Amino acid sequence: MRYNALRLLKEGLTGNRGWVPVWRDPVPQAAYDIVIIGGGGHGLATAWYLAREHGITNVAVLERGYLGGGNIGRNTTIVRANYFLPGNAEFYSHSLKLWEGLEADLNYNVMHSQRGLINLFHSDGQRDAFVRRGNAMIAQGDDAVLLDRDGVRRHLPYLDFDNPRFPVYGGLLHPRGGTARHDAVAWGYARAADRRGVDLIQQCEVTGIDVQGGRVTGVQTTRGAIRAKKVAIVTAGRSGQVAALAGLRLPIESHVLQAFVTEGLKPVIDHVVSFGMGHFYISQSDKGGLVFGGDLDFYASYAQRGNLPMMEHVMEAAMTLMPVIGHANVLRSWGGIMDMTPDGSPIIDRTDIDGLYLDCGWCYGGFKAVPASGFALAHLLATDRPHETAARFRLDRFRTGAGLMDEEGTGAQHNLH
Amino acid sequence: MRVPGRGLLNAAQQVRFNFDGVAYDGLAGDSLASALLANGVRLMGRSFKYHRPRGVVTAGSDEPNALVTVGRGAAQRPNARAPMVELFEGLEAVSQNRWPSLAVDAMQVNDLVSPFLSAGFYYKTFMWPRAFWEKLYEPVIRRAAGLGALSGVAAADESDKVFGFCDLLVIGGGPAGLMAALVAGRAGADVILADERDRMGGRLLDEKEGVGGMAGHAWVAGVLDELDSLPNLRRLVRCTVTGAYDGGTYGAVQRGAPGVAHETFWRIAARRAVLCAGALERGIAFPGNDRPGVMMAGAVRGYLHRYGVAAGRSVAVFANNDHAHCTARDMAAAGLRVACVIDTRPEAPASTGDWPVYTEGAVTGTSGRLGLRSISLRHAGGQRDVFVDTLAVSGGWNPAVHLTCHMGARPVWRDDIAAFVPPEAAVPGLRVAGAAAGVFTTHGALSTGVRAAHDALDDLGISATPADLPEAEDAACCITAFWQVPGKGRAWLDLQNDVTTKDVALAARENFRSVEHMKRYTTQGMATDQGKGSNVTALAVLADATGRSIAATGTTTFRPPYTPVAIATLGAGGSGVGFAPQRFTTSHAASIAMGAPMVEAGLWYRPGYFPRRGETTWRQSCDREVAMVRGAVGVTDVSTLGKIDIQGPDAAAFLDFVYTNRFSTLPPGRVRYGLMLREDGHVMDDGTSACLSPGHYLMTTTTAGAAAVIKHLDFVAQVLRSDLNLRFTSVTEHWAQFAIAGPKARHLLNTLLDDPIDNATFPFMACGAVTLAGVKGRLFRISFSGEHAYEIAVPARHGAALFRLLVAQAETLGGGAYGMEALNVLRLEKGHITHAEIDGRSTAGDIGMARMLAPQKDCIGKVMAARPGLSDPARPRLVGLRPLDPTAPVSAGAHLFAPGAAAVREYDEGYVTSVGWSATLNSNLCLAFLTRGADRIGEQVRLVDALRGHDTLCSVTDPVAHDPKGERLRG
Amino acid sequence: MRLTCPLCGARDLREFSYTGAAVLCDRPAPDAGADVWDSYLHLRDNPAGVTRDLWYHGAGCCAWLVVERDTVSHAVLSVVLG
Repeated sequence: MRYNALRLLKEGLTGNRGWVPVWRDPVPQAAYDIVIIGGGGHGLATAWYLAREHGITNVAVLERGYLGGGNIGRNTTIVRANYFLPGNAEFYSHSLKLWEGLEADLNYNVMHSQRGLINLFHSDGQRDAFVRRGNAMIAQGDDAVLLDRDGVRRHLPYLDFDNPRFPVYGGLLHPRGGTARHDAVAWGYARAADRRGVDLIQQCEVTGIDVQGGRVTGVQTTRGAIRAKKVAIVTAGRSGQVAALAGLRLPIESHVLQAFVTEGLKPVIDHVVSFGMGHFYISQSDKGGLVFGGDLDFYASYAQRGNLPMMEHVMEAAMTLMPVIGHANVLRSWGGIMDMTPDGSPIIDRTDIDGLYLDCGWCYGGFKAVPASGFALAHLLATDRPHETAARFRLDRFRTGAGLMDEEGTGAQHNLH
Repeated sequence: MRVPGRGLLNAAQQVRFNFDGVAYDGLAGDSLASALLANGVRLMGRSFKYHRPRGVVTAGSDEPNALVTVGRGAAQRPNARAPMVELFEGLEAVSQNRWPSLAVDAMQVNDLVSPFLSAGFYYKTFMWPRAFWEKLYEPVIRRAAGLGALSGVAAADESDKVFGFCDLLVIGGGPAGLMAALVAGRAGADVILADERDRMGGRLLDEKEGVGGMAGHAWVAGVLDELDSLPNLRRLVRCTVTGAYDGGTYGAVQRGAPGVAHETFWRIAARRAVLCAGALERGIAFPGNDRPGVMMAGAVRGYLHRYGVAAGRSVAVFANNDHAHCTARDMAAAGLRVACVIDTRPEAPASTGDWPVYTEGAVTGTSGRLGLRSISLRHAGGQRDVFVDTLAVSGGWNPAVHLTCHMGARPVWRDDIAAFVPPEAAVPGLRVAGAAAGVFTTHGALSTGVRAAHDALDDLGISATPADLPEAEDAACCITAFWQVPGKGRAWLDLQNDVTTKDVALAARENFRSVEHMKRYTTQGMATDQGKGSNVTALAVLADATGRSIAATGTTTFRPPYTPVAIATLGAGGSGVGFAPQRFTTSHAASIAMGAPMVEAGLWYRPGYFPRRGETTWRQSCDREVAMVRGAVGVTDVSTLGKIDIQGPDAAAFLDFVYTNRFSTLPPGRVRYGLMLREDGHVMDDGTSACLSPGHYLMTTTTAGAAAVIKHLDFVAQVLRSDLNLRFTSVTEHWAQFAIAGPKARHLLNTLLDDPIDNATFPFMACGAVTLAGVKGRLFRISFSGEHAYEIAVPARHGAALFRLLVAQAETLGGGAYGMEALNVLRLEKGHITHAEIDGRSTAGDIGMARMLAPQKDCIGKVMAARPGLSDPARPRLVGLRPLDPTAPVSAGAHLFAPGAAAVREYDEGYVTSVGWSATLNSNLCLAFLTRGADRIGEQVRLVDALRGHDTLCSVTDPVAHDPKGERLRG
Repeated sequence: MRLTCPLCGARDLREFSYTGAAVLCDRPAPDAGADVWDSYLHLRDNPAGVTRDLWYHGAGCCAWLVVERDTVSHAVLSVVLG
């Protein structure tokens, strides 16, 4: 069933009884060509690109809970391509291009809104670092504009320019950056993959990965054993746990990132705004809630919830940067599980076990990566060669020190990225 | 309307207020909702999607409909719940989400097209034409979204935060909480009792029940008197405990008295806690259940007993449980007409008055656009229509379990009371009592409150005497679950977000079967009440639609805050300069007096430059200061650099371990430059360490790196090398330190030192104790500027005086103070690095210091620096750049390309880290990282800053542009 | 969240900073080889359950602490000097 306004009209006139399930509930088969462990954004996107780009549909996505119940449903919905190091630059650039065609590709309104993203800076040194970044974006073929203080004021007149602790010096504007509706991305990819014949299996937890003679042969699950020629681990936040089923140790530490949303308000913030002297970034959803967050709580956690100190820091940052939102009421807080790597950049690679693939290490940046990650992992699964946009996301780069992508410059401490 | 002789308010204390531009009178102690109802105003809001007329449904913080904006300008607060807004003289409130008025809202046209706006409709459209999403659809949606509006004026930062500590935190001041507090308070425990309302007593103030042979509110008053007499008990009214966190930490928001904007955010560390938050009534979904006048039965009774307000003139009751029947009894006793009681069950309590009690009953429809006028009902005996303006609905009670589930646990369904109750021991140290635990009788609340307090006191080892339980009702809970009345017309679940039973059925039909999918797809439970009034009913409807039990369907997660909290409260103190500490040097006042603009350097403030008469741009001052330092002498404050005093027999070995080069070979009286790596082999920081005497060293770090370095040193000393015998401490604030740089530096010093120095006694890189006018200081002959230079350190209390003295002396010698701009140019001319070059991604090799890794010793970072990726000769290497045209524009952050290559990523060969105009060399200068830079000295590269439009051809040079042999440093 | 520093007593989380897993205490010998060093610095068991972490009481006594903690429930089981 194609979605469009005409369909809405027709169904509305007939009591909305004609809508069909967005996806099937198939019984798991005994074997598939490819098993994708993890029904989040990356896993579902991979399944669709396998079908669409490579014609591979004998695929199962195994999700231990409900589809899109992990980080894809818990993030702050930001989509951007403003990374500067080789490896990241071409990857996110590719992802943004895929985002721009996503609604048409999926026939699902993911509400991708390129409202513009502004990184504020508060010192000459910070400005210079953002200039380096902006020039990298332009060299990559993407868009960046350097704003001075007056330029920032024209876009964001509501910031505190009069009495701040860290005055705004200017900002880097990324006009094509913005937001998208996170649940819609998961549901859109899921529906599209299902329509092409991929089996989406929910309530199916992988409890073992079968390896024989250095080669993967299948998985054990709470819904039975499934044989597979290729198995991909795409379980952000739990990558370490799932990889351990195959005896692998990963360079990943799991951390909690808190995020917050306020009650719905009439429009007040049109851009995505990021504060340079504290952990704080914010946008406003189409339903009116201010969606914002800060940094990790900094201690390893699988709890999907954080504590007061980071929450208070984020709120204080809001008050120093834009006290106009002081009377917005925080409605809800939540947390996800972040795969933190020693350089803050992801891993899309084969492992030492034949037929076992990894897509992990997205830290807190996985949402914007969903299309390009799915695309690249599908390419790797289909051809056993990395796609050129993700060729640097190697698992062994920490061991060799070659091709590290440390955007923050904080070094091999997982929670500093 | 107000019912004389009812309620707890004083009829003599009138308060004037304003709602939607109309003036009304209320009483002190009224909420905005009760005062409006007293004035016959029932229409209080419009729903989010369909803009349907709505009235108040509850009497508490779970209110989904009656949201108003209170105040104006900086004091404007949107989305206030009318039952929680306390009346004060002059209160101004306006309704929200309507235009032009509450009674006539243009957007109610949405309701006419509601079949096309069902759950999730926006995912299925708005995709074509592509450009229209951002240009048309989205802006329209955004303007229609949201309920209240912010004023656009900065909210005053007038709230504050406190820490609180107690043995026992009692959450909720109803019967359960009051007994718990009484037991613990009498036992001498340190108790905090918090309740979200302006008065304690909970439902005892909302019902007619007696306790201990007297009226409920009278019993409460007696208990409060005793509690307030206990010095070990703090009673916080208007204080909502918003979240349960790890380690017995609770967040709570305490509101101010009516009209007072100030709020306090509490961080309470409680050794034990008892949740006595009561229960929230839920409704029944039936067609037309959203008209103003359809209210929770418990709220109807609450308005009557607490505020003396009748919600309407005539009432019917629709319920599935015994307890709700007393609504009819109470309203009749207050002189109001009771039309009937409609009970869903086959058997129900008999009528206690002149109204019929219908069994197997259901309300099947309602009428009255701006307020309820009549209901249609069916029952065992047939059907009828009844004219009433108020329908009191009760589908049962949901224990307020929220805090028990803040750590990820889910509540447990109990069929016998048709309610979710808290999971066992889900939050360490937190017990539950009363209705929050599913114990719905007054006697039960009192006794479980006592029990919970005793158990908590046992944990704490505090002995308590058993309390006498006053007599109270103990009627069994009689309820039969009933969720929805099928039939024509929309039956509402989430009143604010306009989610109906049909939406939930649609979600199930489209296979959004998980309760999380249903919530996100329909937006049920995502409104400002976080689904307090609709979650359980909606999941019951979903369970029905998907053929599962309620227990199997489960709930969504519970998250703080329990009720919404203003950002200004959670972030109190963060606005303006309160956000972070400000660190000032001892020369700050003098710098300001000299007109220097102060620049943030981390948390410090440092002077940018010292403008002199006639100088109108920073460049003029900077160029003059550079020339002044190179030609005469300059003085600048370098106190902000980290200083660490290190002492002990193994201090030298320690330095050898943390630095790449050797310090064990440094003799007393000498200073050495040191490079410090992270364990991953990249440069962490650089600085100098001086050997003041055997086993006594003074390390300096960069300003930005100071905190990280000392943390690292602590780690090395305590964990990695606890075999080493040494102590160290930060002395950054103890010493004021000034650089004196220029050909006349020694001359200047010798005018101040008690004992003059010369090159023999104080050669380059010497250090030692000195005195100036009797003040003991330290002198280091080191140079960041590349000139003959020293740094003089005195105890901080002498810093201000010394700075003034140094500057005055320097000016007599043709010199003076210089700031950060000049400092940057001076070091740039010498190729000295800062954190612009060591940005966390560079190695010693990258900055040309590979030789500083002393070969025969281990040090932090040594092994990992040897990884192939870090020792690759193709890595970018530090070079200098000079534009072929000396005045052509250069900028930090520009990228480098070979002259013929396109300026795209594939040909990117490096980037510029620092730039400055060198008055000394009459040219723009840069430092940059360039692929294989060391092999390309003399070549040309293109410096491209696409952001600013610079494209400048440069020569690759050695990083040191001025005095490469360092002759000016010595002698 | 609160940690009980052996020197200072029970203090709020905000006084402490977390570095990583306590495996960082066991620095390998310089010649231990690339695999051992890679494991030391990068690879982690990362358990969903009891772990041993390294924390620094930076706003207090500056002691490095090894904390036994459950990463799922955040329960703190023990705190000792590092």
